[in-house]
Amino acid sequence: MNAPTKPIEAFLEREYPAGFVTALEADALPKGLSEDVIRRISEKKGEPDWLLDWRLEAYRRWLTMTPPSWAQVSFAPIDYQDIVYYSAPKRKADAPKSLDEVDPELLRTYEKLGVPLHERARLAGVAVDAVFDSVSVATTFKKQLGEHGIIFCSFSEAVKEHPELVRQYLGTVVPQGDNFYAALNSAVFSDGSFVYIPKGVRCPMELSTYFRINARDTGQFERTLIIADEGATVSYLEGCTAPMRDENQLHAAVVELVALEGAHIKYSTVQNWYPGDKDGKGGIYNFVTKRGDCRGARSHISWTQVETGSAITWKYPSVLLRGDDSVGEFYSVALTNHRQQADTGSKMTHIGRNTKSTILSKGISAGHGSNTFRGLVRVTPKAVGARNYTQCDSLLIGERCAAHTFPTIEVRHPSARVEHEATTSRIGEDQLFYAMQRGLTAEDAVSMIVSGFCKEVFKELPMEFAVEAQKLLGVSLEGSVG
Amino acid sequence: MLDICNLHASVDGKPILRGLDLHVGTGEVHAIMGPNGSGKSTLAQVLAGRDSFTVEDGSVSWDGVDLLAMPTEERARAGLFLAFQYPVEIPGVSNAYFLKAAVNAVRRHRGEPEYDAMDFLKRVKAEMKAVGMSEEFLYRSVNEGFSGGEKKRNEVLQMALLEPRLAILDETDSGLDIDALRTVADGVNRLRSPERSMIVITHYQRLLDYIVPDQVHVLSRGRIARSGGRELAQELEARGYGWIEDLQGAQAARGAAS
Repeated sequence: MNAPTKPIEAFLEREYPAGFVTALEADALPKGLSEDVIRRISEKKGEPDWLLDWRLEAYRRWLTMTPPSWAQVSFAPIDYQDIVYYSAPKRKADAPKSLDEVDPELLRTYEKLGVPLHERARLAGVAVDAVFDSVSVATTFKKQLGEHGIIFCSFSEAVKEHPELVRQYLGTVVPQGDNFYAALNSAVFSDGSFVYIPKGVRCPMELSTYFRINARDTGQFERTLIIADEGATVSYLEGCTAPMRDENQLHAAVVELVALEGAHIKYSTVQNWYPGDKDGKGGIYNFVTKRGDCRGARSHISWTQVETGSAITWKYPSVLLRGDDSVGEFYSVALTNHRQQADTGSKMTHIGRNTKSTILSKGISAGHGSNTFRGLVRVTPKAVGARNYTQCDSLLIGERCAAHTFPTIEVRHPSARVEHEATTSRIGEDQLFYAMQRGLTAEDAVSMIVSGFCKEVFKELPMEFAVEAQKLLGVSLEGSVG
Repeated sequence: MLDICNLHASVDGKPILRGLDLHVGTGEVHAIMGPNGSGKSTLAQVLAGRDSFTVEDGSVSWDGVDLLAMPTEERARAGLFLAFQYPVEIPGVSNAYFLKAAVNAVRRHRGEPEYDAMDFLKRVKAEMKAVGMSEEFLYRSVNEGFSGGEKKRNEVLQMALLEPRLAILDETDSGLDIDALRTVADGVNRLRSPERSMIVITHYQRLLDYIVPDQVHVLSRGRIARSGGRELAQELEARGYGWIEDLQGAQAARGAAS
């Protein structure tokens, strides 16, 4: 029967509002990857030798590695010599010292995206680091944060101003050779955000990074490192968009979180990279390694992600529960529409005593979208009293989408308690008809059902983000009702 | 107010309604009875605008407006309500949220101010009391895990909240024990008014002991085979549907012969 899916299809036709291009002169390296390119990236950034050596070591490792093939995604092999590894908006002589010196075209770009960089324009006091292609273009509220001893700056700046911290922590959570994409990132990463919250400090505002890919043929390889010292607390948000282009673009990021004793890190993502058009042309390949290390006792790391964009998402925010009584959490909404593919989930590794983890995953598939949950819960032989609760739910919209679930559980200690629950449901024509018979439009009915489905995850997001995420989900689902 | 003329409808190419005529005046309650497969539920769904049915011929005029040309949600907002035979479960969406969204969609359409949360709760709690539903059902997902009787009460609750001009009750009595039947019938009777028309679809005469109709129609093979007063329902109860079908079969044979 064709009739029932008609309103769903009409609803799934989406517009991607962030798909514009900013006309800026760029300072870019030619396409291709070699030791020489890495040396030039390092040189452009004025990096110390130890970091260049670190990059080169990663590059040599990468040359020996092959891309992972176990994920439930398919795409033509990437030609790594056909990518630009460094592109930065051209600056007038020196780097801007303050927001006033930032190119107004750039400020307008962020404003258009709903991320005003003027500090007084910020509503609830969220500090923003704006990353444009390969470099950070502005970081707000640095002074106020500095008064608390908090460091919030671009990664490049951290390398210059706080080399001892960078050197101490870089690669300690995601080593250079962790996986193919992490190794590539380690070799060529250009910028990203750096956060250090000193002992006992509760960060007074939300910190956020806004990633924007603008230039053509350019990959974005950012690296974020967040360290919460003993007893510190921080909430960090990340948002992403890219112009609409017919070619696929690669985004291979690495995020490392370190929580020392009693520290608390909450990391939220609203990912809205360009997903490609409805026939699957173009879109971002989002191949990201995110890992948190609960290094100290009673530390707490929480990942929340709302993934609506990208042609392909390959991403498993994970937590190493090393400290006794540490807690890891993963809350996820992943939506795939049209030809989008997502293979995402989490890895919780229980090492310390009495560690706890929660995985709550909500996958929504519409159109020809394919959505895979992949989870690993590992309880190591010394992890006395480990507990995990995993729930993964799939929601199907229409007849041609797919949902897969691959949970893996490895328990090496008899005291562990591990629970797994999974459900699959479909937005049925009968549900839509029922809601429409009560006066709701098909669109309202679908968003109502989808919001209800995602409720438990949205409540983990910071207030402002929750509203944005809900809206985004509405936009991403447009045309999904068939 | 509702004029159905020569209505033909099919599903997947299979004809179900074959030339149905029915007139329901404002404020009247009409019962539609008939054996399984005679087209009772199809009539309800076609009137409500379900797109899995195809209208092949005929017309439906509702207060002078072409009902069949209106989208499903427009019909609902204009005051057409269908109490479902099998109310649908919507996991994750609270009943309170759903009811409020529906009520406000209808109120917007009528140019009335939307209810805020407080006004709505006050109103819905009063109505729930009247249909014998406890408040906990507000906070549960729409129809999820409700018993048969609870689902039907929830339908009557929605009907009370939406104040339709035309209510169609599709076998609202099926699967109910006698106490639930009485509560549901009481709820429906409370809503009888000179401005509100009702079409009560039922398989059994039993419901009509509680909801007394102005007219009774017997549907057979997609047409009204017989119309009458309440006594027709009692006759059906005594004689079954067989004689109506025989009658219609004979008519059809005569029609073919002439």
